[in-house]
Amino acid sequence: MIVYGVALLSACLILGMLIGEALGVALNVEANVGGVGIAMLFLVFASNSEKFKSLTEGAAGSGINFWSAMYIPIVVAMAARQNVAAAVDGGMLALLAGVAAVVVSFALVPVLSKIGSGPSTEESEEQGAV
Amino acid sequence: MELIETVFVRNNLIVAFAVVGVTIWISYLVADKLTHGRIHGSAIAIALGLVAAYFGGVATGGNTGVADIALLGGIGLMGGGMMRDFAIVATAFGVHLSELKKAGVAGVISIFAGVIVSFIVGAVIAILFGYTDAAEITTIGAGAVTYIVGPVTGEAIGASDAVITLSVAAGLVKSILVMIGTPLVARYIGLNNPQSAMVFGGLMGTTSGVAAGLAATDPKLVPYGAMTATFYTGVGCLLGPSILFFIVSGIY
Repeated sequence: MIVYGVALLSACLILGMLIGEALGVALNVEANVGGVGIAMLFLVFASNSEKFKSLTEGAAGSGINFWSAMYIPIVVAMAARQNVAAAVDGGMLALLAGVAAVVVSFALVPVLSKIGSGPSTEESEEQGAV
Repeated sequence: MELIETVFVRNNLIVAFAVVGVTIWISYLVADKLTHGRIHGSAIAIALGLVAAYFGGVATGGNTGVADIALLGGIGLMGGGMMRDFAIVATAFGVHLSELKKAGVAGVISIFAGVIVSFIVGAVIAILFGYTDAAEITTIGAGAVTYIVGPVTGEAIGASDAVITLSVAAGLVKSILVMIGTPLVARYIGLNNPQSAMVFGGLMGTTSGVAAGLAATDPKLVPYGAMTATFYTGVGCLLGPSILFFIVSGIY
């Protein structure tokens, strides 16, 4: 049943959001802390686990794959509802602050990726042992 | 006319599916015929969406782009936070745990590095523009983190509405630039594997920007970047009104 996969996906999102919201309250932050990321972890665990096979294989899996495939159309809709006019109205300060933050962050991607890939062979061996 | 409006408004989400579908079809056609596949179809579709959002915003004076036009109201629901998060989580289906573990440490470092670096850049530019009040500098710096961190920080430390609006604008510029710029720079920053995608998500942090930028670069990388990006705003809201504000007020 397709709806089983969709229901699993929904349950992951709601559970993740609840935890993210609770983390926000615990840290005294007015934001959901990583709710979506936690939900993704749940789905990764479920799709890698034997127990949830009936919810992730066959028709149920295509229920999840459908929403995964709808991702780009949803992102296009998301782009179309951004407050672009306000960003343009922000003037030079907003423009410079935004552009500079992006340029510096782009430049850091290869630097930090290297930090990750250096010891990664050792790490994966450790995980293999565990 | 009234008849069309009734049908369109009543079925707004369905209209959105159709409109987005046609937009993507045109974009892929353009990508194929005019750029010979050099620019990804989804990058063109996202750019078209942003252009439409600009004109929608100018025409209606609203703050949700095209979605403020009554006939296209469904775009607001389809592209809203709920559907976006649902689809992002779905992209994690089929991701291997080992890939996540490999970049785990670098991913976490990148989140903190991303928040702090963006904040410093934003704050320095605020200072260059002549701001001397610690709350104002902090709020603009926080805006360069994301357009959510800006207002959350600004309200917490009592910045003026004008500065909070500026911080939102800075965050929007960042988000839009990440959407457009990522596919263009991907090759030069080594953005072609799950590890660098996780670092990228952590450094950029704007969920919308990362989501769209990676989609236009390589859809396979989306779950990895999105995973770290979704922690970024939370970390930003945590550091902005606290440590980062204390540091700035110590200097000013």
